[in-house]
Amino acid sequence: MGGVTHYSALALIKAGFTGQKKWDRAWRDPEPKIHYDMIVIGGGGHGLATAYYLAKTHGLRNVAVLEKGWIGGGNTGRNTTIVRSNYRQPELHNLFEFGLKMWETMSDDLNYNVMFSPRGALVLGHSDGDMVRLAQRGDALRCAGIDAELMTRDEVAKFVPNLDMSRSARFPIEGGMIQRRAGTARHDAVVWGYARAADALGVDIIQNCEVTGLAISGGRVTGVETSRGSIGAGRVGICVAGNSGPLAAMAGIKLPIEAQTLQAFVTEAVKPMIDTVIQSQSVHCYISQSDKGGIVLGGDPDRFPSYAQRGFTPPVERAAAEAIALIPALSRLRMVRCWAGVTDMSFDGSPIISALPVDGLYLNGGWCYGGFKATPASGFTYAQLLATGEPHPLAAPFGFERFATGATIDEAGVGAGPQLR
Amino acid sequence: MSGPARIGGNGGASLRFTFDGVEYRARPGDTLAAALLANGIGRVARSFKYHRPRGIMAAGVEEPNALVTVGTGGRTEPNTRATDVFVYDGLIAHSQNRWPSLAFDVGAINGLLAPFLAAGFYYKTFFGPPKRWMFYEKFIRKAAGLGPAPTAADPDHYEHRSAFCDLLIVGAGPTGIAAALAAAQSGERIILVEQDRVVGGSALADGASSPDDAEELRKAGVRLLTRTTASGLWDDGFVTLAERLTEPGQSPPPGHPAQRLWHVRAERILLATGAFERPLTFAGNDRPGVMLSQAVRTYIHRFGVLPGSCVVIATNNDDAYATADAIAEAGGKVAAILDERAELSAIARAAKARFQIHTNALPLSTKGDAHHLKSIEADIWTERITFDADLLVVSGGFTPAVHLHSQAGGALDWRADLQAFVPGASHQAVTSIGSAAGEIEPIAPPLTGPLAHPKSSFIDFQNDVTAADIDLAWREGYRSVEHVKRYTTLGMATDQGKTSNMAALARLAGAAGVDIPQVGLTRFRAPFTPLTLAAMAGPDAGGHVAPSRRLALHDRHMKLDPLWLPLGYWHRPRAYPLAGENLVQAARREAHAVRTAAGIVDVSTLAKFIVAGPDAAAFLELVCATGIAKLAVGRGRYTIMLREDGMVMDDGTVWRLAETRYLVTSSTGGADGMEAHLSYARHVLAPTLHVSIIPQQEQLAGIALAGPFATEILAELIGAAPPAHMGLINATLASVPVLILAASYSGERSFEVYAPGFEAGPVWDALEAAVRARGGYAYGLEALDSLRIEKGHVVIGAEADGRTTADDFGMGRMQRKAGGFIGAQALLRPALSAPGRMQLVGVEAAEPIPEGAMLIARDGAPVEGHVTSATARVLGDGSVALALLVNGRERIGETILASSPTRGRQVRVTITDPVFYDPDGARYRD
Amino acid sequence: MMRIDCPHCGQRAQAEFTYERTLDSVVTVEMVADEAMRRLYERANPRGLDDELWRHSFGCRQWLVLRRHRTTHAIEAVVSFDPTVHV
Repeated sequence: MGGVTHYSALALIKAGFTGQKKWDRAWRDPEPKIHYDMIVIGGGGHGLATAYYLAKTHGLRNVAVLEKGWIGGGNTGRNTTIVRSNYRQPELHNLFEFGLKMWETMSDDLNYNVMFSPRGALVLGHSDGDMVRLAQRGDALRCAGIDAELMTRDEVAKFVPNLDMSRSARFPIEGGMIQRRAGTARHDAVVWGYARAADALGVDIIQNCEVTGLAISGGRVTGVETSRGSIGAGRVGICVAGNSGPLAAMAGIKLPIEAQTLQAFVTEAVKPMIDTVIQSQSVHCYISQSDKGGIVLGGDPDRFPSYAQRGFTPPVERAAAEAIALIPALSRLRMVRCWAGVTDMSFDGSPIISALPVDGLYLNGGWCYGGFKATPASGFTYAQLLATGEPHPLAAPFGFERFATGATIDEAGVGAGPQLR
Repeated sequence: MSGPARIGGNGGASLRFTFDGVEYRARPGDTLAAALLANGIGRVARSFKYHRPRGIMAAGVEEPNALVTVGTGGRTEPNTRATDVFVYDGLIAHSQNRWPSLAFDVGAINGLLAPFLAAGFYYKTFFGPPKRWMFYEKFIRKAAGLGPAPTAADPDHYEHRSAFCDLLIVGAGPTGIAAALAAAQSGERIILVEQDRVVGGSALADGASSPDDAEELRKAGVRLLTRTTASGLWDDGFVTLAERLTEPGQSPPPGHPAQRLWHVRAERILLATGAFERPLTFAGNDRPGVMLSQAVRTYIHRFGVLPGSCVVIATNNDDAYATADAIAEAGGKVAAILDERAELSAIARAAKARFQIHTNALPLSTKGDAHHLKSIEADIWTERITFDADLLVVSGGFTPAVHLHSQAGGALDWRADLQAFVPGASHQAVTSIGSAAGEIEPIAPPLTGPLAHPKSSFIDFQNDVTAADIDLAWREGYRSVEHVKRYTTLGMATDQGKTSNMAALARLAGAAGVDIPQVGLTRFRAPFTPLTLAAMAGPDAGGHVAPSRRLALHDRHMKLDPLWLPLGYWHRPRAYPLAGENLVQAARREAHAVRTAAGIVDVSTLAKFIVAGPDAAAFLELVCATGIAKLAVGRGRYTIMLREDGMVMDDGTVWRLAETRYLVTSSTGGADGMEAHLSYARHVLAPTLHVSIIPQQEQLAGIALAGPFATEILAELIGAAPPAHMGLINATLASVPVLILAASYSGERSFEVYAPGFEAGPVWDALEAAVRARGGYAYGLEALDSLRIEKGHVVIGAEADGRTTADDFGMGRMQRKAGGFIGAQALLRPALSAPGRMQLVGVEAAEPIPEGAMLIARDGAPVEGHVTSATARVLGDGSVALALLVNGRERIGETILASSPTRGRQVRVTITDPVFYDPDGARYRD
Repeated sequence: MMRIDCPHCGQRAQAEFTYERTLDSVVTVEMVADEAMRRLYERANPRGLDDELWRHSFGCRQWLVLRRHRTTHAIEAVVSFDPTVHV
């Protein structure tokens, strides 16, 4: 088993004197077994977290994570690393807040520094109407015991010195709402930390193993077909946001999910200039600065179905324009790389953590463009569903059946359609 | 003399520039890198992590080391490659990532700590609560970053331009030029782009390009864009080109943009993007004074600069022999050529007469001080020999620039003879030619040899990733090339791995004991070279980031000097304060006037559609949940439209103007969405109906006249009896033909007067004068909102938040029982009629009610609803508000807390019916 | 940025067009509730070809059906929406 060397400052100093030679592999590279009690399809942050909690919380050790490429190669590695819980709808803020609390202890829990950095997430308001909506959201959060504060115009100006605070700005800044416990984390570290910790508990992480079919007999899933042969399983959990449709299709199930591209981009590194996460109630770009110094920006999704991991130019150009409108000093910084994730856009904008209409088959997906921050909560609640067959209370509202019953959770209030969000 | 210098002295250097505050001179046409070398400056930067002194390695955009900050104030461009900025008179450049100076940099202590700062060290320490990590992180963030953070706004503007062509050729080197001239004979539209300021490409390194080439291309009809980089290649031949009209930090001529981003659609694309020369991996390969072979030739032939006087050359191919000749011709001494090959090629053998050539020779390490290279130690057969030199020229072969081909979705094929990937199949009309296609001299030995000193052998120069870092990643199980990249930060710097990619793959393949293609390749992504956000934003930056929509009556409002309210793209008057009034006072006066006398308000932004044709009523019954068919000619009715999921999408009014002609109004904010929705319903859901839909939002200006005097004012102005409530007439007002609809939003007798936007001014003037004569005022949105809240009217976006049904508002019975309208099927879902839904209620209190506050039974109790809109009562004291509350209609008379922790307010409110004012409509019914 | 060959306007940039939904998710008011909700919420979401309803919103404003590949973005066919064929 890998991951036996405990990481610490002392271990690092020792390694410095021995040429960094003694580190173990962070995780093994096992051959797939014939049968597992649980198979999690998808080695992203969510899948690996699920496996970790299956092992740690539920004591299950005969667990495999199957990843078609390299772990963390999907949306966990293609986002803007923002972690927050400041949603308006109670089902959402309760789930994400559960996750935010887990982020606060994750590095210690995994013995892997995931660099969770609660530098705050500030939502700017550009009119009195914006400020009322922010107050409503903040009040909903505070009444649920989640931190949120309103900021006046002057407080915002002091907190983020680079903002265009002029009254003649196209989107003049009237104030904002901040969640101070929100922030960013190092996305790859989350993947590697969960992988290493799960591996240490005996979970088999099998990379380059693409699931090509589901074995179903008598209405019950019995295993998976893969590029590395058949593997039997007691229960199978799909956890492949961005590819949920094709996986569910293997069981003959159509989902309220459509794949869509979301792009993000990063500039060349500069010395610290933005010390928080900036979002806005009226424009759609979001801005933060990574520890390396690059300004990380995102904007609207591409709003048409695609699996290409390749975007088109208007959303990125628009996000750049919005970012400059908010922070004029960004103008001459240069984009060094843009990337595109395939998002699993659900039809009410909320995730699906649910049993599917095949016994033993489960789905965790539909995270739209907000999955990264949910990683620990998603893994924990999904592990409970897989282990016990019963949903965790926080995940119960996110069942697959809600679209048929009408109990959708529509944060944006725009109705059934990913292209609307 | 030692170190770099201009051949024959720095004569003709007429341009002044400064570097770190010292003034130097450059010749026109010099890059900053050439000018620095010409002035004897070899060390120009400090590296990212270990702050190692770095010089100039390349002559083109692949330069990983020589990053400087150019310009001042709002034109500051940090991280500018000294090789990619042409000196202009007055250029100001600074070194970066050093403190207090480039020569003495405290951060260099990181180099001593290097044994402890291996790849990914930060994942293994700094544990504890987030606050503790943030403490360390503060230092890491300060140490990271390269150039200074900009602080000032950019004074320049930027432009977007579109173009179409039959053939786009990227790269005006010999291959690109020949292709352009050949294709030009066909008469096709050809665009040729070159990122350099002049054409010639690799020929510039050999002094073989002619300034006439550009002229010849233009004469042949080729559209030549120099200083223009093909930045991204997207779907269907769509290419983004970044054109530098000014150099970094340079002021454009007045009125001219600084940069231009082209959006080009090309039928066919030829990529003549050339190849990047690879450095070699050995200890101290990052020192100032270690340079790429073609770069050295470029400095000699193009810029007349000899980067060193005593030179050792290390190579695995023949190209470096041309460099040896160039150095010798320029007066430099070539001390030795270290050729990695065991057997020399014909070219190398021919050079034996001129140079001391060693076969089987590999550089092992370099020595030097912070400023200069001093010596090179090499393994030659079994011997270890040290050469004194101030310049080490390296050539590890060439890597085709396949970036754009890969961005376009093209496959890459491995060529073992080149130790490089070359373009494979593409599903787009994209073809690579010349060295970009792999027409390169093969190299003999593979790139994967053992290294004597992996810890000081740099692979990614800018991010300080060494061969040992790659080995460590492999040992720790980060084995996918993507994992290695992410774990070590390899290839993630501003050069995106242009010089490091192949060396890294080779090292990884060596560790894995496999061939390079089995290791795989990370994906190439736009942009090819870093692209300013300003160029991406183009003309949409700053105040143009969103359109501003003005009312037809904008000038009339301006005369009253209102407070403006942005609503979507619109700017609407919020209130018209009189001297000394604030917003609240003005709105209160205006609302009071409406209740007691009269007022006018601009309602032009409402969505308006003419629906006409024999099937107009049938169509309206498709999109409206309420009954339409029985509406009489000359009458109107309130209506709601549902989304397909059964929630309220919008509300408005329907007016039957004639037998088969209706006017539909709906909310301002939903206007664009409603246009698309009606079109979808018309063309997709009801394509066989005979009906036309004509959007009228901006054609018709609308003015609502409301108040007890509204009827007499209107009668006076139109010389006829105004219509009864929910009736309509056509009339003439101030000599302008108008449509008058009698609908009340305020709760008073009210008429909406519609006139063509360009004729609405006189109508406003006449109405305003008449209203004022009766003690009334123009009123803004703030007063309008107070009036409608008192009247219990829901607003899209406040009460109708996209999660509410008509039944939630107590309007369920307005929906046609038989269905047949959009959204009807969704209403049958159980959750839409289950107990526990939030329902519309009113709440009232003596003190102000905070808008948006949560409704809770007591502190800490679960949230049961929220206040959607609130106002002070217009007449009398106290406050009223609308709210959504769980099972609200059963709870009239209860009290509950309206709690706003974010504003530190909590108000006990009484739950009431949502209509606070004139519930029977006595004030406007006939 | 795809290029879409509008049957009315010729080849135009994708930015002029708006994706509406897949063709099989059109819900008419005549459908029974179960079928309507199935069509509203269930998608095949294939990695390959699908028939999609687009509108040339910033052009002729007509409704079009694209047969489009979701991984390569290759468009096999663009035709005007035709109720006799497409519903």
